[in-house]
Amino acid sequence: MEDEKIRQIVVPGEEIKTGKDLKSGHGTYEENNKIYSKFLGIPQEFGSFISVIPLSGPYLPKVGDKVIGIVTDVEKAGWIVDIKCPWQAFLPLSEAVDEFIDIKKVNLNRYFEPDDIIYSEVIDTRRGDVHLTMRSQMSRKLKEGVIVEITPSKVPRLIGKDGSMINMIKDKTKTTIRVGQNGIVWISGEDIDKAIKAIKLIEEKSHIYGLTNEIEKLLS
Amino acid sequence: MGKKSDIVLIENGKRLDGRKPLEIRDTEMKVGVIPNANGSSYVRFGKTIAIAAVYGPKLLYPKHLQESDRGIIQCRYNMAPFSVDERVRPGTSRRGTEISKVIKLAFEPVLFLENYPKTGIDIYVEIIQADGSTRVTSVNAASLALANAGIPMRDLVVGLSGGKISDTIILDLDGKEDNNSEADVPVAFMPNKKEITLLQMDGQLTNEELKDIIKNVMKNGEIVYKKQIETLKKRYDE
Amino acid sequence: MRTNYIFKLLEKGERIDGRKLDEFREIKVLPNAIERAEGSSRVIMGKTDVIVGIKLEIGVPFPDMPNMGTLKTGAEFSPIAHKDFEPGPPSEDATELARVVDRGIRESDCIELEKLCITEKEKAWDVYVDVHIINHDGNLIDASSLAAVSALLNARIPKLEDKTVIRTEFTGKLPVVKKPITVTIGKIMNNFLVDPTKDEEDIFDSRLSVATIEDGKICAMQKGNKTGLKESDVEEMIKLSTKKAKELRKLL
Repeated sequence: MEDEKIRQIVVPGEEIKTGKDLKSGHGTYEENNKIYSKFLGIPQEFGSFISVIPLSGPYLPKVGDKVIGIVTDVEKAGWIVDIKCPWQAFLPLSEAVDEFIDIKKVNLNRYFEPDDIIYSEVIDTRRGDVHLTMRSQMSRKLKEGVIVEITPSKVPRLIGKDGSMINMIKDKTKTTIRVGQNGIVWISGEDIDKAIKAIKLIEEKSHIYGLTNEIEKLLS
Repeated sequence: MGKKSDIVLIENGKRLDGRKPLEIRDTEMKVGVIPNANGSSYVRFGKTIAIAAVYGPKLLYPKHLQESDRGIIQCRYNMAPFSVDERVRPGTSRRGTEISKVIKLAFEPVLFLENYPKTGIDIYVEIIQADGSTRVTSVNAASLALANAGIPMRDLVVGLSGGKISDTIILDLDGKEDNNSEADVPVAFMPNKKEITLLQMDGQLTNEELKDIIKNVMKNGEIVYKKQIETLKKRYDE
Repeated sequence: MRTNYIFKLLEKGERIDGRKLDEFREIKVLPNAIERAEGSSRVIMGKTDVIVGIKLEIGVPFPDMPNMGTLKTGAEFSPIAHKDFEPGPPSEDATELARVVDRGIRESDCIELEKLCITEKEKAWDVYVDVHIINHDGNLIDASSLAAVSALLNARIPKLEDKTVIRTEFTGKLPVVKKPITVTIGKIMNNFLVDPTKDEEDIFDSRLSVATIEDGKICAMQKGNKTGLKESDVEEMIKLSTKKAKELRKLL
């Protein structure tokens, strides 16, 4: 088995020395031709850029992100959705329903009501006005199931290379899982408890090499 | 006004608790101590204990406080009723309000707030036991809590107090020294940028003495900085 | 959704963290957490974390009890402890918590207040019990009451020289003769629950906090939440609370 090796961790303000000519990427800033970290996190090279993946922190929505949210309020022209980001997200009626609706007559509760869980896509984030759409592929209301939250920056680790990690969990626990970029994970199916355990372990140990083996062991 | 008193605070180069003039008290630092918070920390310098929590960034209410292009920092420093000899009456005090403000300002040049329009980041610090230098202890606690919360920062922030007793420059004043020194100088700074973000003083000092104190704070603050780094990284070593 | 999951499990008599309905979370009682207070204790119940500090100050006895010290209990929901706690004057819930903790101590006569008189009608010790919440994950009443009694048990009386209180020297222990224990029982559907997490207590139909003394006597009660209780519910809740109090008392 691969050793449990810890990836290099940097703190905010720490200079990132790579010995290569890399440009300042996400989670870093440049000053006097030197690159520094903005976060407590793990430096990672992406092509000609060096980025820092934070070990914790809030989800910052980006256009195109697929997120899972909880409907919290029904408004006149749409729904307020909690996507666990610093702002409220809004799902406008026109992005959710195809048929013509006379909002004076129809109670929007019949489409979505508070506590409904939705899988949707971010279409706008300007100045903290986060808008969602249900028009994209896969968008839908998630029924049954359980949701758990993980640190958003650990989503890529949970998914794994080409989905390898998440697919392994799905197979071994006979569950259906949807992962929102915002760190909300929805699980439905047979061994939900075991799937949650695996997800929590990945969150806890995302900074360690050899994680795949450990998860495999847990699931077998 | 100098606060010179009759109490002998330093004798044969040793302070009342046995420390050398520039020696910092025994310190302890932890992060992630409050599960509910987005980031949190526990920092102890001798008998002074601060617990800090960071909540946010989150949409700020009431709305008129919001800034459309950046987030804002809100800070509250508070002393627990049982933290000192004479019970502290709960509620706001002028002292607490001022300290909250200077702690907040110590982080203004540090945080990248432009990613968080209309939001607020709350920094709460509780002093659960006080024995001098509470505001700089709060700064160290807030620095760790913010890094633990994953808030983007230019640098960590180190807090350390300096002062003067019997013509000697001292660091990390305890309660007795705080009350009876000729001068005390709380300082907070960014250790990599070498920028000072909190500076206060009371007492009387010459130009030279003040320069000397600041120089020593920044030099010995390196010890505090190393401790902060170790605390943040340690959490992730099994 | 999480709420639904909690309900679903409760229908089967299970809890989200795997505990039995009448099981406490892991509890740590850490006395003398604050060196500079006259007495103190920190209680960690699962993720709930509270500190109680005791301070003694010289006050004036009440006219109707001229030869007795007084007990003053406060609680602060520090904003560090939960995202919904705001800085400012004590909320309704914080005030209720302080009063419920106070009642358990006061009505059990656990402090011999008559021994705290310094000069009749003029001077007596005020005993301040201050509850400080560090992290709120439910059951603040039981955790705070336990921390308060634990703090009182290790509290000492500072030395008095003329009119000055010498906080570094002590004349003796605070006279504490009983150990009142408060256990809150929550009712959801037809289940009775001990030591709820925040998620669980948010969906309680009703709750009943019962303080008992060593001899089995009940010394204070508080019903909470919106739903009413039947006589038989009350009986069952008191029975369960009294039984569980014995477990907690062992931790002191």
